[in-house]
Amino acid sequence: MATFPEREPVEDIGLDETIKKLTPERIEKTILKVLNEESAARLKVYVNTCVHCGLCSNACHFYNSHDGDVKYAPVSKVKDTLWEMIRKKGRVDGEFIRKASRIAFTECNVCRRCSMYCPFGIDLAYLILTVRRICHLLGVVPQYLQDTVNSHAATLNQMWVKPDEWIDTLQWQEEEQLDEVVGARIPLDREGAEIMYSVIGPEPKFLPQLIGHMDQIMTVAGMSWTVPSLDGWDNSNMAMYSGDFEIMARVERKHYDKALELKVKKIVMGECGHAFRGAAYDGPKWLGWLRPPVPLIHAVEFYYDLIHSGRLKIVKKYEEPITLQDPCNIVRGKGLGNKLRYIMNATCSDFRDVEPRFEHNYCCCAGGGVINCGPPWKTTRVNGNRVKAEQFRATEAKVIVTPCHNCHSGIEDIVSNYKLDMHVKFFCEILVECIEIPESLKV
Amino acid sequence: MDLYEIVRGPLAWAALLLFVLGTAYRIVSMLIEARRDKVVYPYLSLKYGLRSLMHWLIPFGSVNMRKRPVMTVVSFAFHICLLVTPVFLLAHIILWDESWGLQWWSLPEAVTDVMSVLVVGACAFFLIRRIVAPEVQNVTFLSDYVLLAVVVLPFLTGFLAYHQLGPYRPMLILHILAGEIMLVAIPFSRLSHMFFFFFTRAYMGSEFGKVRNARDW
Repeated sequence: MATFPEREPVEDIGLDETIKKLTPERIEKTILKVLNEESAARLKVYVNTCVHCGLCSNACHFYNSHDGDVKYAPVSKVKDTLWEMIRKKGRVDGEFIRKASRIAFTECNVCRRCSMYCPFGIDLAYLILTVRRICHLLGVVPQYLQDTVNSHAATLNQMWVKPDEWIDTLQWQEEEQLDEVVGARIPLDREGAEIMYSVIGPEPKFLPQLIGHMDQIMTVAGMSWTVPSLDGWDNSNMAMYSGDFEIMARVERKHYDKALELKVKKIVMGECGHAFRGAAYDGPKWLGWLRPPVPLIHAVEFYYDLIHSGRLKIVKKYEEPITLQDPCNIVRGKGLGNKLRYIMNATCSDFRDVEPRFEHNYCCCAGGGVINCGPPWKTTRVNGNRVKAEQFRATEAKVIVTPCHNCHSGIEDIVSNYKLDMHVKFFCEILVECIEIPESLKV
Repeated sequence: MDLYEIVRGPLAWAALLLFVLGTAYRIVSMLIEARRDKVVYPYLSLKYGLRSLMHWLIPFGSVNMRKRPVMTVVSFAFHICLLVTPVFLLAHIILWDESWGLQWWSLPEAVTDVMSVLVVGACAFFLIRRIVAPEVQNVTFLSDYVLLAVVVLPFLTGFLAYHQLGPYRPMLILHILAGEIMLVAIPFSRLSHMFFFFFTRAYMGSEFGKVRNARDW
């Protein structure tokens, strides 16, 4: 039987220092609270139904990238965390919690691919999120991830963006766009607009041009839209992944409150997968909503509507060989795979699809909060996704479209680590190159 | 009352009752507890639940089944034989007839004989898989071997008794006892996947289909 190397030690004060404060009583009490009070039928039935068959193993990119290292099989990750907590009735030590936290936060992207490989449809991601919940309540969360949650708690956005910085960024992007398209205003707080546009915190922080692109797209398509000037503009939600469901709910509630306040008909969100998951179902689930109070449209669906209806005219096609990442949270999470391919084919002349694709696509290994665990865990996530590099290499494309921020950053790391010689782009970057700007809007 | 009469009489009653009541208890308590899990009932959908069940009840209906053809063939053969053999076995129907005057169509004995062998063979396959496949070995506990034994014994002893290999009467008693142990084990062990399968699969199918507009196979 093949032997696999032990995990390399990784320093993270979010795990190393916090476990020192734990007492056996607190660990036991917390675990029992989550197992008995916060969880119900699903947890019990999942644990009692699993027949330990190991059929979920080949679903996982970590397992496949580590040549079948059993510790990365989805069921092994549950065994080494949750099963042990249940078996010992919560009587585990701090060192165990550190290990469980490492597995749950850095070696699982809660992408749910394994649920499609388990014959019983056991939601292993839910089990791992339950482990994360326990780790959160014990305060044992990777430091970088916890910092983003602290930012959500203090500022209601992920990146400690101050209100004046947000507005300033919007105005800067508006100015840039006004040089390109006539009337490319970014309307702030316009009550009764049809669309509220929201983005994730990192956009104003690192990628403001994406807001500019959306401004251009909205203007050319002649949409009635608005952007909130104050809290509620950030749709991202790292608390959902850290297990801090109270903060998660606050963030989601604010996002929707803002939309209701502005009396918009729908929310369109930028190209982000996890934000979509938080706003479309994980947040509403915790809040007890069957569906959000205001319809929520992901950018991919929005682009599809604009292109399909002819509101945007494609006059030029992107010619370089191009491929695609199916973000888990919008493809396995909302079935947008076909629409994604429609917009790719509409704008690109040499689109090369990936294999496996749609719901069966591999996760980028950055999602699920893993990339937010920060630099200490970068190696874990890049080594955990060799299969993704192989998948892209096989397409021989030059550009990868990733309509999701986590995918984008994670795949950039994969491209550079595995020397793929490819560029990673958001779809809007392709779109603005291909659309027709009507004469009347030309500057 | 000798040992045969005990296993054929009161123990058989006890096993049947425990099986039926235990199963009912597990299902009802799950249904009640599912109300505390806020998402379960709102997400459930007959259409998407059945859609998922269809894909997972038809051989090679899911991607993972196609990726593992040997496992798929063995586990389908195993489960079909496991369920069909005891119900349509001539000797069992004669017992029902003797006790309650109930009769139904039986399979030829040569067929049920082969089916029993298939169950035993599949169990051997699962055992070997547990030992040699690292991803299965890693999540194997003593209880997994015990469960495998609980499942294989009724078929093994039934086969031996039918062919009168070994001492017939003790083997027959052992066979009935093994069957009773298995019946009782179904609701109170992970063999409960026999009925939980339909619920977990239907729930996941619903969540994927109704909420996420996606496929789960």
